[in-house]
Amino acid sequence: MTPDLVGDLESPDYASHDRAAHGPYTPVFTGDVKRELDELLTHYPTKMAALLPALWIVQRVHGWVSEEGMAEVAGLLELTPAYVKGVVTFYTMYHQHPVGKYFIQVCTTSPCGICGAEDVVKALVRDTNTGELGLTSPDGRFTVIEVECLGACGFATPVMVNEEFIESMTPDKVPELLARLP
Amino acid sequence: MGYPHHPNPRETTVLSKHFGEADARTLDGWKKRGGYKALEKALGMQPAEIVNIVKESGLRGRGGAGFPTGMKWSFMKPGDGKPHYLCCNADESEPGTFKDRELMRWTPHALVEGCAIGAYAIGAETAYVYIRGEFTEPLHWMEQAVKEAYAAGIIGKNAMGSGKRIDVHVHKGAGAYICGEETALMESLEGRRGNPRIKPPFPAVSGVFGMPTTINNVETLIAAAPILMNGADWYKKMSLSNPKSTGTKLFSVCGNVQRPGTYEVVMGFPFKEFLYDLCGGPLHGRKFKAVIPGGASVPIQTMDEAEGTLMDYEGFVAGGSMLGSGGVIVIDDAQPMVTVIARLARFFAHESCGQCTQCREGTAWTTKILERIRDGEGTVEDLDTLLDIGEQMTGKTICVLSDSCAVPVISGIKKFRGEFEALIQGRRFHPVTAAVA
Repeated sequence: MTPDLVGDLESPDYASHDRAAHGPYTPVFTGDVKRELDELLTHYPTKMAALLPALWIVQRVHGWVSEEGMAEVAGLLELTPAYVKGVVTFYTMYHQHPVGKYFIQVCTTSPCGICGAEDVVKALVRDTNTGELGLTSPDGRFTVIEVECLGACGFATPVMVNEEFIESMTPDKVPELLARLP
Repeated sequence: MGYPHHPNPRETTVLSKHFGEADARTLDGWKKRGGYKALEKALGMQPAEIVNIVKESGLRGRGGAGFPTGMKWSFMKPGDGKPHYLCCNADESEPGTFKDRELMRWTPHALVEGCAIGAYAIGAETAYVYIRGEFTEPLHWMEQAVKEAYAAGIIGKNAMGSGKRIDVHVHKGAGAYICGEETALMESLEGRRGNPRIKPPFPAVSGVFGMPTTINNVETLIAAAPILMNGADWYKKMSLSNPKSTGTKLFSVCGNVQRPGTYEVVMGFPFKEFLYDLCGGPLHGRKFKAVIPGGASVPIQTMDEAEGTLMDYEGFVAGGSMLGSGGVIVIDDAQPMVTVIARLARFFAHESCGQCTQCREGTAWTTKILERIRDGEGTVEDLDTLLDIGEQMTGKTICVLSDSCAVPVISGIKKFRGEFEALIQGRRFHPVTAAVA
């Protein structure tokens, strides 16, 4: 969103992600998935309004939103790829690069910050072997990032592992969490 | 901390009555609890009658601004030949606030019903519930509830056999605090970057897809059903202090407190008793130092201010802050205020959409200075610079995100100046009492 004016405020370094390892792009919107999009389009008076949901579908299928994915969505919704990229880059939840099998987000905004969120982050970075925030572990299993307010402040510290929302995480519970991930 | 808690006898559970009852999430369970009776009643009334009852009840927006709901609904002119839209703002992202999350995960049908009533009252056939992308569990329950309601004919092209079409669609956000700002929410819903729009035109004139639109918070819409069932007078009587603040309000409590969670009290409840009695007071061996009572965007209160406050729109203003979204962040004496405030500023810098210079530059600049002070590298001039930037960030931008960043900074420096100065003068922060793990 805002350009990087405050040091490490913004995008982590994704240099370690190997895009080539993910192979050639396969279209997302065929068969049932195309029908899912067609149904979505009935919810809105414009095609453009289905953009965010369509991007979610791309991420669900491929794990991230590549330029090819953006182009496919652009074609279906009669938008330009550049426009779609402009939207993708605005929102923090679309991955513009491949991420680990388990994408772990830890809330560290003030209400969680005063309840020890930093220690949860440290434990996660250490135990996942990712080395630093935003990087993926060498085995490709984990990516850990800090995230702004997850909206569960009474359950500090909330952590998201992919779609799973976990409340009241503490450093002690980190090994147990990681151990149960297949 | 376990959840949901048993309601304290001093709570008044109208909206939170069924929190923790898994069965209430299903259509059958919700109907057993009197669900959809209010919608049935509403569909037998004229839309204008509903608007009048809500106006009469004194219900005000629960998302932060506190605008009278009935009046907002009355801005939607019937018979203008245009499609009308209702947007439910479920993009709850204000740090400290998690009441809508609880409402949606425990009582999703209450929101479907509230949306249907609201849509009917403003002459809309379509309601969108814009839920932030991180709320995977509330999203799941809302999608489930909408599906069940369609299958039962409660919503759809002939809602409850009324001949009226009411569609409710759940729309998933993708990670942007700013989309909780109503015009940014509409932009996002249209498939754009979430940049707030200049007002006027106001949403009631030109909202989502350029059509007349009303945007209401989750809690506001859910409150409409009990108001219709029990009458405006019943709601109006729930007011302990100022007659301009009526009904019950959900407060979500977090931070350094014994019992964080969501509490529902009648407007005007004494804040001191709320913090010490309902929420259980400070953690063992610590003392409360400050409270941010309405989400990160409202002024920080000292304990003196907080303990004399009555919990309603006017009461919080009199106590040096605002009711905001009802997200109560409690900060104790083991927390350095500069760290807390610097982290809030970083939040706003991260979430600025970048359209307006004052906000884009101001939030980042403020963060840099605060973090410098936090790290013991601040100078005496820094405090004046922060106050100056704060002033330049207030009232000069398209939306209030910029102002929201300045608020905790300005109020923090004003009320806790000593802590800033101590760090600048090279003294480390020492908690007043020993920190308890």
